[in-house]
Amino acid sequence: MSASTASHLHTKDDHDHHHGPRKGLMRWVLTTNHKDIGTLYLWLSFASFLIGGVLALLIRMELFKPGMQLVNPEFFNQLTTLHGLIMVFGAIMPAFVGLANWLLPIMLGAPDMALPRLNNWSFWILPFAFSMLLSTLFMEGSAPNFGWTFYAPLSTEYGPPSTDFFIFAIHMMGISSIMGAINVIATILNMRAPGMTLMKMPIFCWTWLITAFLLIAVMPVLAGAVTMMLTDRHFGTSFFSAGGGGDPIMFQHIFWFFGHPEVYIMILPAFGIISQILPTFSRKPLFGYASMVYATCAIALLSFTVWAHHMFTVGMPLAGELFFMYATMLIAVPTGVKVFNWAATMYRGSLSFETPMLFALAFIFLFTLGGFSGMMLSITPADFQYHDTYFVVAHFHYVLVPGALFSIFAAVYYWLPKWTGHYYSEILGKTHFWLSVISMNVTFFPMHFLGLAGMPRRIPDYALQFANFNQIASIGAFVFGASQVFFLYIVIKTIRNGKKATDQVWENAHGLEWTLPSPAPYHTFTTPPVVK
Amino acid sequence: MSLTWTKSLKVFLGAVLSFGFSSSTWADYTLNMTQGVSSVSARIYDLHMIIFWICTIIAILVYSVMIYSIIRHRKSRGYKAAEFHESTTVEIIWTIIPFFILIAMAIPATSTLFDMEDVSDSDLTIKVTGYRWYWHYDYLDEDISFFSRLTTPDDQVYNLVPKGEHYLLEVDNHLVVPVGKKIRFLIGSKDVIHSWWVPAFGVKKDAIPGFIRQIWTQIDVDKPGIYRGQCAELCGAKHGYMPIVVEAKPYDEYVKWLEEQKQKQAAASADEDKEWSYDELMVKGEKEYNMVCAMCHQASGKGLPPTFPSLVDSPIVRTKDQRIHHIRNVLYGKNAMPAFGEQLSDVQIAAIITYERNAWGHETKEMVQPQEVKEQRQKG
Ligand code: HEM
Ligand SMILES: [Cu+2]
Repeated sequence: MSASTASHLHTKDDHDHHHGPRKGLMRWVLTTNHKDIGTLYLWLSFASFLIGGVLALLIRMELFKPGMQLVNPEFFNQLTTLHGLIMVFGAIMPAFVGLANWLLPIMLGAPDMALPRLNNWSFWILPFAFSMLLSTLFMEGSAPNFGWTFYAPLSTEYGPPSTDFFIFAIHMMGISSIMGAINVIATILNMRAPGMTLMKMPIFCWTWLITAFLLIAVMPVLAGAVTMMLTDRHFGTSFFSAGGGGDPIMFQHIFWFFGHPEVYIMILPAFGIISQILPTFSRKPLFGYASMVYATCAIALLSFTVWAHHMFTVGMPLAGELFFMYATMLIAVPTGVKVFNWAATMYRGSLSFETPMLFALAFIFLFTLGGFSGMMLSITPADFQYHDTYFVVAHFHYVLVPGALFSIFAAVYYWLPKWTGHYYSEILGKTHFWLSVISMNVTFFPMHFLGLAGMPRRIPDYALQFANFNQIASIGAFVFGASQVFFLYIVIKTIRNGKKATDQVWENAHGLEWTLPSPAPYHTFTTPPVVK
Repeated sequence: MSLTWTKSLKVFLGAVLSFGFSSSTWADYTLNMTQGVSSVSARIYDLHMIIFWICTIIAILVYSVMIYSIIRHRKSRGYKAAEFHESTTVEIIWTIIPFFILIAMAIPATSTLFDMEDVSDSDLTIKVTGYRWYWHYDYLDEDISFFSRLTTPDDQVYNLVPKGEHYLLEVDNHLVVPVGKKIRFLIGSKDVIHSWWVPAFGVKKDAIPGFIRQIWTQIDVDKPGIYRGQCAELCGAKHGYMPIVVEAKPYDEYVKWLEEQKQKQAAASADEDKEWSYDELMVKGEKEYNMVCAMCHQASGKGLPPTFPSLVDSPIVRTKDQRIHHIRNVLYGKNAMPAFGEQLSDVQIAAIITYERNAWGHETKEMVQPQEVKEQRQKG
């Protein structure tokens, strides 16, 4: 069945495009080619990452020492809000969608994504959504200043006028994500090469399949939340205002029912990437493929039952607190299985340490560290002390930076030769790696201490006893930021020139993508390969 | 304050090295959670340390396997890869064992949680209300209530003068409580969500507009002292400037303090009826203005337009026919400006308005007496 779908789509596609890409700018605007769209997503994501990074550096500059020196408290809140939003929706999510676009068809042996025209739309909505979000910085009043969690009533009754633009931007991003997710599901379920059963599919495809279901489940919840905000702001409803019979805590329940699965949306594809890379450089198959798949499903399902662990301090009934504590602790089990499987994959392998492998190793070590602080946070009584402090900031940056972000770096280094036909420079790649890993730890490790010592998060200024660690964190952040500009240089250099890559690229790489020439041709698998 | 590069590095290395080795250096850099001064905070600390050590042990086990492989099983040493890629037995074992570890952690956590949620049999009740951006305390059994606001001067915040020892953690009125008694707190808010957090008590609870939450603490009898905390929920521009200062006193001193407060409040109500002099009003007015109004309108009166308009040369503030308008503005609020009628006494409002009408070169020489404010209040 998949064979006939694939070849049918191929003829249609071929008809539209003849044999190569269109010339000039219109190639990118009108493209329905999964590789072009993947590239667009990745560049957009990198641009957002730099913008979000500049905002983070402004935050860290202000926090370099006690006292207000650079910005005012009002602008500080806009900085944290936009930094969070841009990193989550602008940097991490589009990067994963970009990787899905580039890799899913060539891993599955399909000629393109299942719904190429929709794919073009999913992408092109985003630059407009982000421009609108960023333009709020220049609006009268202020940009959104209520944190990326935009709790009511701070965002509804007290939000600046630009909040309406923020709501509209969220709607657009949501639509884009849902369309992208539908495309991923349709592609994976319908367009696998003959013989590729679900349980033979590369694990990256599995993690993306599950992520896509998560997206479809929760983006409408977010859309609902912002729509209620909009009607509360302008149409006289009071969903979130006690004055009119509503409840601000309901906002938090709805938000986190979206928000918790959202954090898994930012990590499950990363699990997939690492599970592709680790076996290659260990020269040994992934340990426990099946249990990896089951563990991923278990994590995804559990993620719908733990949302309220973000809001223990709002004062839930005791039974609620206990339920959410136990459910949260349970997530440690499938996550543990994943980590053990990775360790077992390395054990008695034949390891080499090219840049993708280094990033994958840093991922495993540091994501696990973030997992441990997550364990600590799940213990409700202790969470009363950790909640809304820098301990939490440290925790989520340990899962997001070495987790999501490093997996993306690993993926880029791993597949870059396939994409461009050139090897990157190993020396430069390793330099980027070491700079990033060291500076990332210098930035975020001290934040654990700050939180335990009592520094609340989202504050523009702090008491004197927090001065030392903040200063260290700021220094780390600047080195980290600079390293990412260096990364840009490495990638551009590789695209321009570099050692010619072989088709196989890596000695022990397995999977259909390595059967293609490097760089991968514009149209591939026009006749589906057969998987044994 | 401004450390050099190398000193930062030393502090960092020292911190990393000492974590887990010597407990004496922990105090120097406050690397760890406080043990606090209540039974609950001590139990939380113990839980925190239990999980910390469990995580540390698991980390050592997992990391050593990986580090061992990285060192021994590397291609550059000619190590040949094995072929195994599953083992149902080990996979079942490492799914089951974590379950038991989790149960071991959940038991003490559950019992601590039961303890924390039990607000029954309290000896006294204090209502805590969050405002943008300060706290209000109301002793429900004693008829005493007051606001508690940050006292750190702007000059320290903007680095014009050296910072004091308790920079950003100091307030005009401490919350005074007795040690050894079970204190029940009712937590609420007038505007947005705030969160009342005192680490030393192991107490953090969100203050939610329209709802009341309860928590309790009992400070160890032998631990009187001053304990500080901060608002822990993003509540707007001055979220970072909402400290909490609690003074725990032995019971008899606490009772004495209660008496003094009652006398003070009686004296204050006598002030309402008296005729104030210009100088008295100006001195009091300046003090109150800087405490309450300067938060938005700035000490200079220039505000932060467009949200917070400038008062300097504003017609409401300096023309005679707008005088009543001016008083009613402060009493009942307008647009982004909150109503201060509930928070401020007639004397305070009279003093503030007198000050505004004569500060920043206005010099109307007008006075507003508490009596006049009272009239507007009665009109509603
Ligand atoms: C250059 C590296 C980064 C630095 C120096 C940095 C720094 C910061 C700082 C200082 C805060 C404010 C903490 C607070 O006051 O609450 C923050 C918040 C946040 N960061 Fe980052 N960050 C970095 C990268 C990232 C990345 C890659 C992500 C990925 C998703 C991310 C996601 C967030 C989120 C979600 C918040 C919360 C925003 C909020 O409180 O509303 N950050 N970051
Ligand atoms: Cu607050």
